[in-house]
Amino acid sequence: MPNEPAPTDAALIRARGLTKRFGAFTAVDSIDFSVAQGESFGFLGPNGAGKTSTMRMIGCVSPVTEGELEVLGQDPRVDGPRIRSRIGVVPQQDTLDTELTVRENLVIYGRYFGMSRAECGRRADELLEFTQLTERANEPVEPLSGGMKRRLTIARALINEPDLLLLDEPTTGLDPQARHLLWDRLYRLKQRGVTLVLTTHYMDEAEQLCDRLVVMDKAKIVAEGSPRELIERYSTKEVTELRFPVGVQETLNGHLEGLAERVELLPDRVLLYTDDGEAAVAAAHKRGLRPETVLVRRSSLEDVFLRLTGRSLIE
Amino acid sequence: MAVMTRVVELRAMQYRRTFRASIISSFLNPVLFLLAMGVGLGTYVDRSGTATQALGGLTYLQFLAPGLLAATAMQSAAFEATFPIMAGLTWQRVFHAMYATPISPRDIVLGNLTWITIRLTMIATIFTIVMSLFGAAASPLIILGIPAAVLTGMAFATPIAAFSATQRTPEKFNAVFRFGITPLFLFSGTFFPISNLPVAIQPIAWLSPLWHGVELSRALALGTIGQAPGLAVAHVAVLVAIVVAGTFWAFRTIEARLVRG
Repeated sequence: MPNEPAPTDAALIRARGLTKRFGAFTAVDSIDFSVAQGESFGFLGPNGAGKTSTMRMIGCVSPVTEGELEVLGQDPRVDGPRIRSRIGVVPQQDTLDTELTVRENLVIYGRYFGMSRAECGRRADELLEFTQLTERANEPVEPLSGGMKRRLTIARALINEPDLLLLDEPTTGLDPQARHLLWDRLYRLKQRGVTLVLTTHYMDEAEQLCDRLVVMDKAKIVAEGSPRELIERYSTKEVTELRFPVGVQETLNGHLEGLAERVELLPDRVLLYTDDGEAAVAAAHKRGLRPETVLVRRSSLEDVFLRLTGRSLIE
Repeated sequence: MAVMTRVVELRAMQYRRTFRASIISSFLNPVLFLLAMGVGLGTYVDRSGTATQALGGLTYLQFLAPGLLAATAMQSAAFEATFPIMAGLTWQRVFHAMYATPISPRDIVLGNLTWITIRLTMIATIFTIVMSLFGAAASPLIILGIPAAVLTGMAFATPIAAFSATQRTPEKFNAVFRFGITPLFLFSGTFFPISNLPVAIQPIAWLSPLWHGVELSRALALGTIGQAPGLAVAHVAVLVAIVVAGTFWAFRTIEARLVRG
């Protein structure tokens, strides 16, 4: 397949009024965004926000209902297979072939891209090394841990040396150690200049990996920026979390005003948004409040999400 | 076309693991059936004057074997078009993984149907060899019984694969086998001529794709195909029409599933 000319500007993905409907249900409602070459871009939002539908349109496996979408300078409507030949996809659900070994999974995937058998073997060995799976190369897929399967899926997505890597909730369901190992590998890819587009409902993941992100809620984009910008724009420097005994929590309504710039009364705790967390603790004590536990922390994207939507990210 | 062969390559790679067991069972199946039905039961049938007359002077083994060849292709095809399709779309989702690459839904359909064709060719070839060893092939034309059986099988594989893509659990597969494959296996002229059925029911047997396959395969094995070439052409035409329609139906259902995710 001849190489397509590079897009004239640096945007690898450009969406204008991008919409996806399933019958009467609107999964993605006229969103605009663009992703630059070498950038690490995230869609942050709760389940059902429209992240996966957006990713599937970018991956050219789900047709655009309305609006414009350009991926690698081409139109998914007509150039689907050509675009897909240059991207790598890590789907939300594992789609590994359990009838094959770890290495065979990589080799056959390379064959799907029309690579020669020798090339597939060479790339497979490199990627097993990169994802630290070399020792498992000739074992079946099934006994692998969740983290190893995810790493294998990432290795598989890299077999064609993609210009763009799409990751749909890459670490959902993994234990902390496995997540950190995965983040480390993704960070290395990013440093090599691979463009990453990922969805997540973990704010720490978005903070770790994304140069820039959009916050999605109910099929729309509600904010856009770098993690730091978003926190500065929509939250305060610090947050004081207070937990009260069961029974007391429900009586707090009306007793918290003025303790901080902004107060959130959640079902299980109270959040005080302020630039000086310790001062807020002191103010609360002065008012005679006796929380069971007190935590002063920096603002996170979770707080941004709460501010923007009035709901927590993981319900 | 070239892209579709990559799908065949995957299926062949998966098959390597069960290759030996599969070949042995492809061999044992006709041996057991021809021994029990053809030789065992056949000894009784051949003693009965009316039966010999109804079979046109053939031994029961000679009558049964080519029909069983077509019926075996049908059963294998039905199996290959149900569980592996569900595995690819629902259980392991490897067809979704393929669709994320330059491979299109049509390539996935054509690749899988090509693989089923290859499997059926293997099964029918082994069956035909066993049949000849039993002395159940009266004519060298039995060689052409192999493509006839494969065609019969594909007339089942294509619509069943299309149906399988509409299912998310294997529950209805039982119904396909119980109310589709098994009655056809029994009443399509495999074990006895359909002229033995009540006259009112006989036309129903003509609707069975298997009956066309059995008739075709039998005419080739017995070398009687020259006596009614028009009929043979009609059998082939019916089977080809089903394969074409089934393939287009599979394009639709499998693509719909892949696009929906």
